[in-house]
Amino acid sequence: MFTTPLRKLRIRIAAHPLLYRFLASPITMLATFLGAAMILAAFLAPFLAPQDPFDPAALDLLNSLLPPSWQEGGDAGYLLGTDDQGRDLFSAILYGTRTSLIVGGVSVSIAVLIGLFLGLIAGYFGGLLDAVIMRIVDIQMTFPSIMVALLIDGVSRGILPAEQHDRLAIFVIIFALSLSIWPQVARTVRASTMVQRQRDYVLAAQVIGIPSPLILVRHILPNVLGPILVIATINLGVAILGEATLSFLGVGIPASEPSLGTLIRIGNGFLFSGERWLIIFPGMTLALMVLSVNLVGDWLRQELDPKLR
Amino acid sequence: MSFLSISNLTVEYPGPLGTFTAVKNASLTVARGEILGIVGESGAGKSTIGNAIMGLLDHPGRVSGGEIIFDGERLNPADDRAMRGLRGKRISMIFQDPMTSLNPLFTVGEQLIETIRTHKRLSADEARKNAIELLASVGIASPEERIDHYPHQFSGGMRQRVVIALVLCSDPDLIIADEPTTALDVSVQAQILDLIKSLVATRNVGVILVTHDMGVIAETTDRVVMMYKGEVVETGETAQIIHAPKQAYTKSLISAVPRGDRRLDRFPGVSFLEADRPAEPKLGGWWFDNTNQMPAITDEPLVTVRNLGLRFTTRHALLPSYRRYFNAVKDVSFQIRRGEVLGLVGESGSGKSSIAKLLTQIYKPSSGEIRFGEHRLGTLTAREQKLLRSQIQMIFQDPYSSLNPRMSVERIIAEPIRHHANASGAEIAKLVHELLEIVGLGAAAAKKFPHEFSGGQRQRIAIARALATRPRFLICDEPTSALDVSIQAQILNLLKDLRDALDLTVLFISHDLPVVRQMCDRIIVMRDGQIVETSQAEHFFESPQTDYSRDLLRLMPRMPSRT
Repeated sequence: MFTTPLRKLRIRIAAHPLLYRFLASPITMLATFLGAAMILAAFLAPFLAPQDPFDPAALDLLNSLLPPSWQEGGDAGYLLGTDDQGRDLFSAILYGTRTSLIVGGVSVSIAVLIGLFLGLIAGYFGGLLDAVIMRIVDIQMTFPSIMVALLIDGVSRGILPAEQHDRLAIFVIIFALSLSIWPQVARTVRASTMVQRQRDYVLAAQVIGIPSPLILVRHILPNVLGPILVIATINLGVAILGEATLSFLGVGIPASEPSLGTLIRIGNGFLFSGERWLIIFPGMTLALMVLSVNLVGDWLRQELDPKLR
Repeated sequence: MSFLSISNLTVEYPGPLGTFTAVKNASLTVARGEILGIVGESGAGKSTIGNAIMGLLDHPGRVSGGEIIFDGERLNPADDRAMRGLRGKRISMIFQDPMTSLNPLFTVGEQLIETIRTHKRLSADEARKNAIELLASVGIASPEERIDHYPHQFSGGMRQRVVIALVLCSDPDLIIADEPTTALDVSVQAQILDLIKSLVATRNVGVILVTHDMGVIAETTDRVVMMYKGEVVETGETAQIIHAPKQAYTKSLISAVPRGDRRLDRFPGVSFLEADRPAEPKLGGWWFDNTNQMPAITDEPLVTVRNLGLRFTTRHALLPSYRRYFNAVKDVSFQIRRGEVLGLVGESGSGKSSIAKLLTQIYKPSSGEIRFGEHRLGTLTAREQKLLRSQIQMIFQDPYSSLNPRMSVERIIAEPIRHHANASGAEIAKLVHELLEIVGLGAAAAKKFPHEFSGGQRQRIAIARALATRPRFLICDEPTSALDVSIQAQILNLLKDLRDALDLTVLFISHDLPVVRQMCDRIIVMRDGQIVETSQAEHFFESPQTDYSRDLLRLMPRMPSRT
């Protein structure tokens, strides 16, 4: 008989369906590990990075455009090489990933909060309120997020002095991204809410006399969180890409505080002059990060959506 | 001569927690022209046997022992190719839900003709003729016209007839009917069962009828296989099983079936059934002593409903003349006396549940009024309204949807108490534990979540929640129709005990006439949103006043009278 702790652990894992399926999917495990490692590295950037890329005093123009350390002419101190200012690319990527993650995470969080609130109300109360909210969603969805971002950026450039605009650029981008993501969240939440509203436990709460806001928060909200988790994860990938696109176009994060998108834009300028590492490494980082986020999101969707089972 | 014989069939489902044996060493035989019933409660493995014969076990199920011999040949369910030759050709299956067994995008005729032509070499015209004949043979009126209709143009019962016609396309030798009438109303159920019986007689096919309903078994089958937890408990002639069951399980299950022929005080014990049987309810204690302010039972009505109407708008439009309405409840008036159990009976769509939702103020009436004691609903102050809500509680049909899956049992039951009473946390916890004892679950259940309980146990939790505010009026909307017979008996006994102990006034909504006979003092029959008949329960069952009631009673599946 194997009533060892190991066996007990195996039984506990087997009894937990999500964990069991997670451990049965090596790709998801790899993606989670990779994603977690990148997030950890990004947030530990001040401790891991050999150089502070924001500190102009640390930059030395003599070290500009060094190739990666394993190539001829590389310097062991600059693992992935340097850019035209003598900035260590590895450090810049760490800090840039952090900026990208913060922008993506914050905009998805704001979008989820707005979408959750409006979706719950629309789905639960229905009628005119629902019609108005969902038409706003429809209208919002007809504007591409990049166009909205360009518009907001243009307006803010027009009314703000240049220095202040650079400082606010990150908020502009977060605002634009949340604006483009919240309608999706609202739609999903509304659909789930309408399903839950029909269930008898909501009727039971109504029969008891629980007021509607409490029913929404106490009964319906916990039951619509599953799909939200999925849509939030998938949209995190979308937001990170969106930020990169906007920064690449020059509307986003200024070069003084680089994000992955900014780094790629800078690297793009050197694409034909031979310093390819400047675009390859930030690009790979972005691709890997979005890929792992999407893999995890897709897996979650499969597991939590009973229709796909 | 048996024509299908199964011996020592074992079906296993390997899973992460070990292998689950769905069917253990089951043996049975079916002859041509015979209807064999497989009966048992949920999880007994009855559908698994049918699926194993068809070679349609859900992944990862597999036949791990025994053999199936069909017409002299040994079937190998793992050999998908050979099985495909048999499936739908010589062995066909009728499923429970006629809504999903037909393709909504094709007309009935197209589906029939396609099936006929895959099995027989016929021209399109001949196949169409054949299809019309089949439709006529399953009792569909004017089949020449109906053949070009889409499935949604047929009612549930008619659709099930079409499904049967589809099954007959290939002239099968064996038909497996898995709960063919469970989704249908009683009147339709009787017709479909008659159809199956006459088909067996005229076409000399063998039928395996899988069902949980002893009434269906008694009326339809020649022989019965009784299953319990994957094992065949007893096999025999239907009459013998029903009148003189040999095994303790069979006896106990049959005694738990509500009788339509006379009223008993309680359902006979079903003690054999579970080792983990819930404790007998303890009626008494702090909760009873402290909140007992019973009104005396008088003839004065507790609930008075006058000219009640409920209208839904089915098509919204700016101009009133373009709007379309559906009247769910039309001009309904009745009274419920203090302390009585009033049965509300009718087929699906008759407006029973709408009345429940009107009484609990989930819907607002479009016309008429509802009075609770001297209060008229809809004209109350917020304080009166809150008090009233604590007085009227409801138990729902589906115990899987009536409990919030994300809340612990303790929170579920505490919610109405918190909302209605000014009690401290300790008092509430004490009350919750006491309520759990009362419904026979025990205080240990408080920390668990709904998914850890079976259907019957969940219904007990729902009852505890409904009783938590100490209501005077309890609405039970089909409280046991989602439960197995033995569990149904326990829940109904519990409801009876609680009613007596708490002097509850109950509105008992059900389509199941035998259950209504056991539970109710007075009965209202509804049809299409209107009241057809109101009478004393015994009077209704002995001498119904209207044709519709007589029809309902005639069609009620009856267990032959027992001593």
